[in-house]
Amino acid sequence: MDNSRQLFQYILSGLSNGAIYALIGFGFAIIHNATGIINFAQGEFVMLGGMFTLFFVAFLNLPLIPAIILAILVSTIVGIVFERLAVRPLKNAKPLSIVIITIGASILIRGIAMLVWGKDTHAVPAFSGSNPLYIVGATIMPQHLWIFAIAVLIIIGNKIFFSYSIIGKAMRACAYNAQAASLVGIDVKTMVLFSFIISSAIGSLAGIIIAPLTMTSYDVGIMLGLKGFCAVIIGGMSSGLGTVLGGLLLGLLESLGAGYLSASYKDAIAFIILLLILFIRPEGLFKKKETERV
Amino acid sequence: MFKKVFGGILAMLFAGLMSGYVFAAPPIKIGALFSVSGPASFLGEPERNTAKMMVDEINKAGGVKGRQLELIVIDTQGDATKAVQGVNKLIKDDKVVAIMGPSITGDTMAVIPVVEKAGIPLVSCAAGVKITNPVKKWVFKTAQNDALAVPKIFDHMKKQKITKIAIVTVSDGFGSSGREQLVLHAKEFGIQIISDETYGPKDTDMTAQMTKIRGSEAQAIVCWGTNPGPAVVARNVKQLGITLPLYMSHGVSSKKFIDLAGDAAEGIILPSGRVIVANQLPKNDPQKKSLTNYVENYRKHYKVEGDHFGGHAWDAIMLIKEAIERGGDSPAAIRDQLEKTEKFAGIGGTFSFSPSDHAGLTSDAFVLVKIKQKDWTLVQ
Repeated sequence: MDNSRQLFQYILSGLSNGAIYALIGFGFAIIHNATGIINFAQGEFVMLGGMFTLFFVAFLNLPLIPAIILAILVSTIVGIVFERLAVRPLKNAKPLSIVIITIGASILIRGIAMLVWGKDTHAVPAFSGSNPLYIVGATIMPQHLWIFAIAVLIIIGNKIFFSYSIIGKAMRACAYNAQAASLVGIDVKTMVLFSFIISSAIGSLAGIIIAPLTMTSYDVGIMLGLKGFCAVIIGGMSSGLGTVLGGLLLGLLESLGAGYLSASYKDAIAFIILLLILFIRPEGLFKKKETERV
Repeated sequence: MFKKVFGGILAMLFAGLMSGYVFAAPPIKIGALFSVSGPASFLGEPERNTAKMMVDEINKAGGVKGRQLELIVIDTQGDATKAVQGVNKLIKDDKVVAIMGPSITGDTMAVIPVVEKAGIPLVSCAAGVKITNPVKKWVFKTAQNDALAVPKIFDHMKKQKITKIAIVTVSDGFGSSGREQLVLHAKEFGIQIISDETYGPKDTDMTAQMTKIRGSEAQAIVCWGTNPGPAVVARNVKQLGITLPLYMSHGVSSKKFIDLAGDAAEGIILPSGRVIVANQLPKNDPQKKSLTNYVENYRKHYKVEGDHFGGHAWDAIMLIKEAIERGGDSPAAIRDQLEKTEKFAGIGGTFSFSPSDHAGLTSDAFVLVKIKQKDWTLVQ
């Protein structure tokens, strides 16, 4: 009985962390699918989400909900500025150069955040109380429920957006073949901008909903970004179910590994999985092998 | 009007010249190595602030033996290489007569060979036992040893009849040194460590470790680390509905920890220097005067509470000052007088150095405090 209770707790904790990884992974997938680059500054938007919320709540004394909306807006604006200043001017640059630029941008954003907000860790108030709820002997925080609910909403929203809206379809078209998309009258540049808007908004939202649990500081983006990257690699860069499963799987393995092996290997587990997938199944766990038609 | 201003300026110039004349003796140069920026800035910053504040204060009161002190602070950024460069600069270029700091054990160990060779007294503000054990001729320290904190906790547990405990330590220098001490002292107090967990300094979720502990038979949890890790542990303990008593190390004895842990900080017990409970101390406590002085002074200058860590620098500068007053301002005289320090009631404790003890404190340098309603209360 006690063992199963323990196992259940590991699974719950793992899934709630996994949901966050999946959300961060989404940000990677959306930009990758629209532009073919991997935006390593994605983790910084997660940090910005948490820090801006804290800034608006603690320093401007705004209530939580307006603070969250403002934080998402401001982070999204940072995303737009980033795309305009750093990505768009390099029209014909190789993906590799752009990837390196995103790494540079992430260091820049982190540095500015450190100067503005200092190096301290900050606590962010929980959305609805901090008393644990009991489910069959395991505990869960109200914040975890928020994380699950928001993650599910975003996953569904994403699906609808990319499958049914004109812009979503256009973005997918760009992902398949940017040149062909522009031939049928899709403004590829705008779609790239849209991808940055969506992914920075989702990234910052992920940062906001996780901040009450993990607290936030200028450098939380590095680790969370890498975990999100693992999730999206497991999911084969899909902006759909693959990444969700990838994130949940990663969260579960981490939690079970920390519980039954040793907590010292928690981060190592994520990176071993990342390496294994890159070596053995670079197309992701859930994707059928694609054949490229020439 | 113009005349008045002009006259004022003249008078000021004159006064300036006069004071320059009075204090014509060159200032006594004291070096300081603090990790003002970088990961250990929570130590270095209050230490630098305190050192500056005290040097200003001493100078305003007429200096030491009529001579002004000049403080030269170097930021080590918590990096041993920078600490060594800094100590060389202090000794060779600035020709200081004594050095305060560094803030962390790693930096201190790196600069020890340099000061030993040059023969300059060093009063470290770091806690590691190995700094003064074995004793090094030129090296003293003001931060309390981890070895003194652990028995304080175990003593309290013994009174509560706790015999089985779980420990969670951070996987860095501070945590592993704490873990060593916990394991070492457990037997003496008849305490058994039945769960021994660690976490990374940057981890943001320790629920897995806490779940494991929840499933064990531990009667209490000891967490050893510096912010923010222990705050996460406290939160996770609450999240998992664990009701075991939670003990922390002196590494979190600053208000920042209570801010971070929020409601989860309630009821946590930790050993700390007396500074955070200065106003609750009995009147006959020998340190009371220094402590209340320091706390008020710091609040006046920096608008925040002076903490435990800044206190290490207070002790360092005051020990050096008294040594100069008793002996002279040559490095060798300062060293000899430091070693003769007896019953100096500072911030970290009451120091008595001797040729065989350059740490100078006993376990009553620590008191146990409990967090109640977001504040510290002294555990009697």
